[in-house]
Amino acid sequence: MLISEWRKKVEDEGAKNAVAEVLDKIKQSRLNAFITINEKCIEDARRFDKGELKGRLAGVPVAVKDCITTEGILTTCGSKILHDYIPPFDAHVVERLKAEGAIIVGKTNMDEFAMGTTTETSYYGVVRNPYDLDRVAGGSSGGSGACVAADESVLSLGTDTGGSIRCPASFCGVVGLKPTYGLVSRYGLIPYANSLEQIGPFASNVDDLGLLLEVIAGPDARDSTNAGKEFRYEPKEREGLRIGVIKEMGGNDNVMNSFDQAVELIKAKHKVAEVSMPSFKYALAAYYIIAMSEASSNLARYDGVRYGLSAEKLSSWNEFFSKVRADGFGDEVKRRIMLGSYALSAGYYGKYYLKALKVRTLVIRDFKKALNDFDLLIAPTMPALPFKIGELADPLTMYKADVNTVPINLAGVPSLSLPIFAKKGLPVGMQIIGNYFEENSILSFARWLEREIAEVS
Amino acid sequence: MITREDVIHISRLAKVELKEEEIEKFRKGFQDILEYFNILDEVEEDVEPTFQVLPLKNVFREDIPKKSLEREKVLMNAKHVEEGYFKGPRVVD
Repeated sequence: MLISEWRKKVEDEGAKNAVAEVLDKIKQSRLNAFITINEKCIEDARRFDKGELKGRLAGVPVAVKDCITTEGILTTCGSKILHDYIPPFDAHVVERLKAEGAIIVGKTNMDEFAMGTTTETSYYGVVRNPYDLDRVAGGSSGGSGACVAADESVLSLGTDTGGSIRCPASFCGVVGLKPTYGLVSRYGLIPYANSLEQIGPFASNVDDLGLLLEVIAGPDARDSTNAGKEFRYEPKEREGLRIGVIKEMGGNDNVMNSFDQAVELIKAKHKVAEVSMPSFKYALAAYYIIAMSEASSNLARYDGVRYGLSAEKLSSWNEFFSKVRADGFGDEVKRRIMLGSYALSAGYYGKYYLKALKVRTLVIRDFKKALNDFDLLIAPTMPALPFKIGELADPLTMYKADVNTVPINLAGVPSLSLPIFAKKGLPVGMQIIGNYFEENSILSFARWLEREIAEVS
Repeated sequence: MITREDVIHISRLAKVELKEEEIEKFRKGFQDILEYFNILDEVEEDVEPTFQVLPLKNVFREDIPKKSLEREKVLMNAKHVEEGYFKGPRVVD
């Protein structure tokens, strides 16, 4: 649902009724998009009806991924280890939402600690795809993608470490953006891999997404990697852009068929050419090594002492620590923190971690060169249609599904996933990649393409 | 080749206790994944590593005291609390 459609609905029936309807819909849903419903948000809707809630998102439902801390609202990160964690503070982005009058309807389901591509690693069960309940909604922000597609919220926030916003946006047929690294404060985001991840918006169209990005972006001294930049959504549609199709990012026949159809539309108004990024052959391995290494260090905080799952008896430190983590973490999290510890350990640091950081330099170099020759780059977001639940049983097979999304996080550039032409009744996404802090160029082009696609569909 | 002993060593590094039946399951996965990571051995060009992508260096701020969370709020998620402090397991036996 668009913000404009929601506003019309609220005008007709009042925010209290409209929000109550959304909460009912979530409760009856089979998608499992939410871990926690924020019942108190009915109060906010009442305040809106009385004219007490003001701001650019006043009265608009927004769902928040469960790795983003919300004061007084259960925040599990999709994990058993945080099954009862009630944060004592709000994340920066949540403060921003509240300041603009948004109604936080609940916390969305996700892969445990955002480690996954299908939301199947969530301790709270898989998120189902709104287009086919036997298929996944993508991950790790599966709930944030599915809830917008199914009108269980109007907008949502997710996080993207290696594709975790773009993948569910693609699989659920909604728009999702991974902003430039540093545009949105990570204060209050429970960390998985700090140097790669960003909080970003989901919406039903590009204009709504632009507004939500405007609200959450901006300076925040509490995140030392924040770039201190404001963002104003100012779409300026232009013809004759130089668009590069990334040769190394492909997909299966269904995906390529949809992608090629969209490329034909683009060619009518812009200059399209292929661009090769040789370093991408190594990007997936480099990404996983960096993400796992950062995770092994970040997740050391789950010691059973300050928050989360604990043990009855305070035995010796090693025993207590190892037992709490064995009980509290799922297999994928254990796998990543163990491999990360290994990659950082004496004798392997140079072979794995340092080498991966060097590959990252090569990936950045390829992007800089390509974004010098082209205004924007495009590729299929995901190499396949939404997977059947259980299809990616083997970990390495699942990692390989991220092949088109992870190079973006290594470089820190922004990338948006836009729904293009559905195949076999399932959505397909195109990612549009731009230069650092050039979100407006991406959004302007996406806004034009969105309209072109709507006209021929 | 990743052995059982390697898995046990790695699990101790990561402070994750593994059950007997989990060792083989993780061993197989580690073997496949680490073999895949060897693709990086093909990269011969030596460049500077990139730890983070922004041109930021030594971000400082003024040392101004600010209000922090109340003690009660900080402790509210802990299971073992004593006299206003977190209580942890013994570090030295």
